[in-house]
Amino acid sequence: MLITAAIISGLGLGSMYGLIALGYHVTYVVSNTVNFSQGSAMMLGAVLGYAFSVRLGWPLPLAVLMALALCALFGLVVERLLVRPFAERGSNAWLMATVAGGIVLENAVLFTFGKEPRSFPSVLATKPVAVFGAGVYPLQLVIPLAGIGIAVLLHVVFHHTRIGKALLAVVQNPDAARLMGIDVRRAIAASFAVSTVLAGIAGLLIAPLFSVHSEMGTLFGIKAFAVAILGGITSAWGVVLAGLVYGLIEALVTAFFGSVYTQIVAFSVVILALAALPNGLLGRAAINKV
Amino acid sequence: MPSVQSKFFFSRRLLMSAVAAATALALAPAQAQDAMKVGLVAAMSGQSAKSGEAIVRGLSLAIDEINAKGGLLGKKVELVVRDDESNPAKGAVAARELVQREKVVAFFGGLDTPVSIAIVPFANQSKVPFMGVWAAGTPITRNGAADNYVFRVSAVDELVDVALVDYAMKKYGAKKPGMILINNPWGESNEKGLRAALAAKNLPFAAIEKFQDADVDVVPQLTRLKEAGADLLFLVANVAPSSQVVKSLDRMGWNVPIVSHWGPAGGRFSELAGASAAKVHFIQTFSFSGNTSPKAAAVLAALKKKYPEIKGLGDVTPAVGIANAYDAMHLTALAIEKAGSTEGPKIRDGFYAIDKYNGLIKTYNKPFTPQNHDALSAEDYIFTYFKGEEILPLMN
Repeated sequence: MLITAAIISGLGLGSMYGLIALGYHVTYVVSNTVNFSQGSAMMLGAVLGYAFSVRLGWPLPLAVLMALALCALFGLVVERLLVRPFAERGSNAWLMATVAGGIVLENAVLFTFGKEPRSFPSVLATKPVAVFGAGVYPLQLVIPLAGIGIAVLLHVVFHHTRIGKALLAVVQNPDAARLMGIDVRRAIAASFAVSTVLAGIAGLLIAPLFSVHSEMGTLFGIKAFAVAILGGITSAWGVVLAGLVYGLIEALVTAFFGSVYTQIVAFSVVILALAALPNGLLGRAAINKV
Repeated sequence: MPSVQSKFFFSRRLLMSAVAAATALALAPAQAQDAMKVGLVAAMSGQSAKSGEAIVRGLSLAIDEINAKGGLLGKKVELVVRDDESNPAKGAVAARELVQREKVVAFFGGLDTPVSIAIVPFANQSKVPFMGVWAAGTPITRNGAADNYVFRVSAVDELVDVALVDYAMKKYGAKKPGMILINNPWGESNEKGLRAALAAKNLPFAAIEKFQDADVDVVPQLTRLKEAGADLLFLVANVAPSSQVVKSLDRMGWNVPIVSHWGPAGGRFSELAGASAAKVHFIQTFSFSGNTSPKAAAVLAALKKKYPEIKGLGDVTPAVGIANAYDAMHLTALAIEKAGSTEGPKIRDGFYAIDKYNGLIKTYNKPFTPQNHDALSAEDYIFTYFKGEEILPLMN
């Protein structure tokens, strides 16, 4: 009973981390940069979905589409204003700029949406179903499926389509890619839009299990980055796998040693794992040719 | 040249209004000397803004009543409000400003224990009475200072924990309760309190589990408590994390009694936790709902008259802020009358001299002594639950 419940909780949590971490992966493989406001993008998806469907009473599909479209727009703005001006000069200041962008977004939401947590109900999270004797909401089963489905999709796009190969070419040699007729700037911008949409999807999926408020994404964003590094940020499979492993560690440590030790053990495992596998679970070492 | 003329007129009007404003400013200090200022440092913005609003309402209502009877020591009472944004540093600065610049004779505190704790040393140093009306942290009033100027009309964690244990035993016959506590100083202080209260009753506990504000899934912790044989849960957390506990219990299908500190009262608990919200029994110091005292009816009517946006009982939730503040202001007024002065040390002794006050929460008999600066005790707590958006008392 204890183990089953912990495993199911862990897989559910882990796939949420994995989904957000895929967003870090997407921009990294295309541009060697990441958007540290991923947690805020996740919050944005949930807040907008709530505002459109609960406050304005729009039909759910429309609300979700609109929320994700605006998440994509947020990604484009982040890339254009907070990443491109720095990355093109070879500066690493995008690191701080994206963190700051996330804080600005959280505060903007605080003033418009309010700080009071609200509930975003879903038909998929009202009646629990029994899985191996443990009660779960159907939504908790949808989240891992969504995570694995998106990882498959990313893998197929990057490795088996022209556009995906073009995107990967951008990071290897932007100048050569440009000579080959690839619009490097658009490719990078697109990868940021995809990453914030992934975070938005995660936010919309998590919201009914949680509550919607301006700070809901902060901790998720941090844990997802740990997961992205643990998985080897260059591999979509590695990222999803690391998400599941991390979620399982959290839930099992809580179940067997108690919640006081959860964060200490989980992050220690990340450090140890990186000491043993510096490139993450499935990542490849970056080869720097001089 | 009409334009020049109108310009001339305009500037003359401007000049006149400037003169008028200057006169008003010059007169203002003279008027202020006729007023007796009391201060409030509370969260007026952010997550807890609603608590600040409730406190202002309770204080203002009491001040209106006091002023209608001629004020205090011949002066009108005036409230000066400062926002602490739930930030201890900002609260400490605001307290200093109220005392040193606004010359308040006494001041009140808000919902956040950390903010009040930051203000306590300054209140004791400057010898200006500081009255808590919400924050329940035990060391606010029991601060160990030889010269203690901090009083409170609110719950006290240590006593709340005793009341939670009593209720669990009487109402549910709990034999082996477990604890699910938020992982922060508030959870910590209640862990101590609950352990002590259980030990005093010779009652063992099943296990103690902590969880985080951002935890989506509390099932692992709750499963541990269940495996350890908990027959009841003590819950200490704010409204959002409390609702995560309720939702996780629902998912597990574990129907266990929950006896809670007053966290759920701080927000939209019934919306966040769903149908099972009503299962959570939590502590309050006051409720208008189901209250038959004529004083409660009169205060509610006065509130509705003063604040037209209050229509029903759902709009005065949580009522503890209003009620604690209302009684605290009246008790402070009595202390000032007893003192016959606005000097801090005399007002403090005035608090000890109060014999009887027929208040909103109860009739206070000798509410303060040099050994006890808390006007409310465990017998004054009531247990309540959410029915829809309203907080209702449990009768028993």
